[in-house]
Amino acid sequence: MNKHQFDVVVVGAGGAGLMAALYASKSANIAVLSKLYPTRSHTGTAQGGVGAALGNYEEDHWEWHAFDTVKGSDYLGDQDAIEFMCYEAVQAVYELEHYGLPFSRTPDGRIAQRPFGGHTNNLTGKPVRRACYAADRTGHMILQTLYQQCLKNNVRFYDEFQVVDLLLVNGVTAGVVALELGTGEMHIFQAKAVIFATGGHGRVWDVTSNAYAYTGDGIALAMRRGIPMEDMEFFQFHPTGIYKLGILITEGVRGEGGVLLNGNGERFMEQYAPKVKDLASRDVTSRAMYLEMKAGRGINGQNYLYLDVRPETVNKFAALDGRKRPDGSPYIVTGEEITAKLPDIIDFARTYLGVDPVTQPMPVQPTAHYTMGGIPTNRYGEVVIDAENTVMPGLYAAGECACVSVHGANRLGTNSLLDIIVFGKHAGLKAAEYAKGAGFMTLPEDATDFARSQFDAIRSAQGEENIIKVASEMKAVMMDGVGMFRTDEGMQNALQVVRELRQRYKNIALTDRGKIFNTDLMNLWELGNLLEIAELVTVCALNRTESRGAHARDDFPKRDDANWLKHTLSWVRPDGTIDLDYKPVVITQHQPKERVY
Amino acid sequence: MKITIKIFRYNPEQDKKPHYETYKVEAQPTDRILDLLEHIKGNFDGTLSFRRSCAHGICGSDAMRINGRNYLACKALVKDLHSNKITVEPILGMKVIKDLIVDMEPFFEHYRSVKPYFINDEPPPPQERLQSEAAHERFDDTTKCILCACCTSSCPSFWANEEYVGPAAIVAAHRFIFDSRDRAAAERLKILNDQFGVYRCHTVFNCTIACPREIEITQAIGEVKNAIATGKLD
Repeated sequence: MNKHQFDVVVVGAGGAGLMAALYASKSANIAVLSKLYPTRSHTGTAQGGVGAALGNYEEDHWEWHAFDTVKGSDYLGDQDAIEFMCYEAVQAVYELEHYGLPFSRTPDGRIAQRPFGGHTNNLTGKPVRRACYAADRTGHMILQTLYQQCLKNNVRFYDEFQVVDLLLVNGVTAGVVALELGTGEMHIFQAKAVIFATGGHGRVWDVTSNAYAYTGDGIALAMRRGIPMEDMEFFQFHPTGIYKLGILITEGVRGEGGVLLNGNGERFMEQYAPKVKDLASRDVTSRAMYLEMKAGRGINGQNYLYLDVRPETVNKFAALDGRKRPDGSPYIVTGEEITAKLPDIIDFARTYLGVDPVTQPMPVQPTAHYTMGGIPTNRYGEVVIDAENTVMPGLYAAGECACVSVHGANRLGTNSLLDIIVFGKHAGLKAAEYAKGAGFMTLPEDATDFARSQFDAIRSAQGEENIIKVASEMKAVMMDGVGMFRTDEGMQNALQVVRELRQRYKNIALTDRGKIFNTDLMNLWELGNLLEIAELVTVCALNRTESRGAHARDDFPKRDDANWLKHTLSWVRPDGTIDLDYKPVVITQHQPKERVY
Repeated sequence: MKITIKIFRYNPEQDKKPHYETYKVEAQPTDRILDLLEHIKGNFDGTLSFRRSCAHGICGSDAMRINGRNYLACKALVKDLHSNKITVEPILGMKVIKDLIVDMEPFFEHYRSVKPYFINDEPPPPQERLQSEAAHERFDDTTKCILCACCTSSCPSFWANEEYVGPAAIVAAHRFIFDSRDRAAAERLKILNDQFGVYRCHTVFNCTIACPREIEITQAIGEVKNAIATGKLD
């Protein structure tokens, strides 16, 4: 058996994991385990920016950012955590710059900022430039920069190690079990503290912006060990995915003046969000698109709309809106400027659509994008396991797999990159501090048994079922029943189908029986995670009888603060039953009110 | 359309030497080669092994040799290949572990050798370090690198001698050498002024053609050579 011992083990090497590693490694002996090479992590695909009220062009305040986040969350975000994040944002972004991150620049050499959905001047309600960006590859630059800093600081990496179990002894964190993909060997990593930074589970849905790797592994293996999940019913659909493929087209396109047009050539967002129009928050915009398409106003009556960033379109609507540049001159763009600010978007559109966005509009549809729910934590990344926020000793989570909750029922654009740097940092600090005062738990003799039993079950399946078929049926039914608009009937059907699929899953025969890079085995294990998560998401969605943020249902179309201003906690018991409980939303200064953009 | 796809196969647990398998698949012109590989793995042979993650050209997992040229399998569309016969092989110059998966460790070792991280020990200002738009533009192109290895594994000098640091590592060095905020250009230039450094580049341009991020790699290498020769960074 391969055994290792570290004070702190970080699981996942995206932005949250790397930030945690940077901070934990200052005072503790740590290792980072990742199923991918770190630079392959999904943080790298984030495009438009990281939110921070630097005010480099115009007046802005972290308090405005906090209110926009609270409003964006449809009042389900915990306001103390949101204030903490938005306050820390400013220094966090400067810190990234000090690490060498190549931000785009303003004419006077400061970090460039662009407008984004739901970012407003709180006095006027007008859009404000708050998204700090590096062209349209901000996530790529954050991921590269943090990885580089980890190399500089000699952080120990175990690349292509898939963590398959969390070890707990007497309710205290004891380490993890990992499978080395290159050899198929199991490894035990004994640790005083474990930080999960494993990302979300957008692969549950059919049309998705999420990477193949986004299979909710950390969430699945924590819930198998009895850790509750928070607000699993809330999952964000981003308005602009490339038609059919789901590849993300950043909100930054609309920040630069792009508009959404329906089949009649109308800028329909004027109807749904009169003040900020195309820069409403994502749930509002995605739902508006859904309604337009449902009413037959898709392009040629089809299930897509146009995102138009041609200079003539941008300039026409900018003039109508009276949009100005920071120096007070009218906002007029050229094709060269669009190309310089959105190079990757133009490349994606040319490659995958055969469309040049400077001369043609892009066909788009909403795409599954972001996991708001997840492993409950406090603002220091400590995992909390009940309605009283009892801290689980030695266990931490940060980034998309965690639910602090700063995103509530709907995440504000640019707050995902902010979340990973702020809470990644604090989880790293807190875990290292905990490890200093804690000992190693004695591991049981059979530390790998629970993981082995799961893999033995996969290996011994004899049935005729096909992995692709089971996966596509799950994705289709979740898209249909537990997507942007939810009906009782659709969710009930999804629940039944997913439960049947979980049975059929047991009869998927494995083809690859080898040890070295058995991607067949890993794909199958990941599908098991997705199926378990899909069931939990659906149960939580059925249970919440209101509409809030990304959770919109036709039978309960209104937000219901009297009954539902609370977080859902859910436990999956060993026999498969799901128990639910609730905890209150933390409100500091913003009482819930109607949400108008 | 019907596509005949021939794939390099090697399973170290079973095969004495590599071989090719041929599959016939129905494809759309807009399908990615990655889609075809997923289709084959899911429906014909679950043992087919390859790396992939984001599937849209950003994570850099799926560099492969497709009809004799390096691409990311997720960025090469069937229609771009202008042929209904497609051959997929692992990238060259790296040890094949299984099918299309190669050992990336030596590649990352070269990357790490050029100090690919920001170095500036002066105390930072309370806000951001200022940098003009022009100074940012100077190294913007090489910041796009995703470390997929399409360039390095297409380079004849690298095929001839794997100790050559390779285009990807030079691109990483370039990104810092020409960053006005960085202070370690001299150290990196010294590392690259070595018998396995920049002078192994004979401007064949394979790297530039192979780069899925359209980085002007040969030009960047030329700029590093020039900086070594002149001691100037302009």
